Amino acid sequence: MWVYEKKLEYPVKIKTCSPKLAKIIITQYGGPDGELGASLRYLSQRFTMVTSEAKAVLNDIGTEELAHLEMIGSIVTQLTRDATPEQLRQAGLDASYVDHGYGIYPQNAGGTPFSAETIQSTGNPIADLYEDMAAEQKAKATYEYLLNLIDIPEVADPIRFLREREVVHFQRFGESLRYVQEYYDSSRQFVIPKPEYMK
Amino acid sequence: MDDHALLKKITILDFMLTDIGLYLNTHPNDKEALQKYNCIVEEAQKVRCEYEKICGPLVSFRSEGTHGWKWKNCPWPWEEEFNFKLRGDR
Repeated sequence: MWVYEKKLEYPVKIKTCSPKLAKIIITQYGGPDGELGASLRYLSQRFTMVTSEAKAVLNDIGTEELAHLEMIGSIVTQLTRDATPEQLRQAGLDASYVDHGYGIYPQNAGGTPFSAETIQSTGNPIADLYEDMAAEQKAKATYEYLLNLIDIPEVADPIRFLREREVVHFQRFGESLRYVQEYYDSSRQFVIPKPEYMK
Repeated sequence: MDDHALLKKITILDFMLTDIGLYLNTHPNDKEALQKYNCIVEEAQKVRCEYEKICGPLVSFRSEGTHGWKWKNCPWPWEEEFNFKLRGDR
């Protein structure tokens, strides 16, 4: 089950008002390579994962991604809370404002709502772990693109932290994959049922 | 120590625990890492107690409500005022 700790994993302390940065950073809240997708993906995949190592990794990284989701939401809300509707409009956020006001809504930078279609949970441990490694690389790439557009240190700082976490997560998933591969290569291979079409 | 300084300390310690804990999931026999983890857990517990005494509970169903129900008190972590400055002071 989940326990909420009343603090952020890494501090978000932004006094600048920048709707134009909020518009792009929201993509890591509800976009295709964002933290909501990541947490849902890992927390869903863990049900059919094998080996205690891989299950623990999926569980714990999935949990950490929720903490990252919270950070992104905090960044966006701190960037827009002092903006006037006119400032939102000038930043291209008028459409979002009309549907969500100053609300934090899971969408990508273009306004497309979050979709589970951007994630998979195949039930196949090998496929799932390769997807997870790809997911971490995609998230890292997105953070790098964001950092190329962020010119405010108090915003860049937590984003840089999030990018670094993706590197560590990628490493852990790679290690989990090795455990799972070893598991299937061992004499315990009998636990893999033959697919229907091969019977 | 003031509340932001304590928050900074527990944030750093808990993050170290998260990171080493994740590492231990795939390296459970790394004695050095386990030792480091256990040391930090002890220190984090102390800092957590100190923090909660001054700032209220970190977890809603774990700490004693000794001075009334402080859990719901503002600011909340997503608000700018809650957070400490990483470099320099507030």
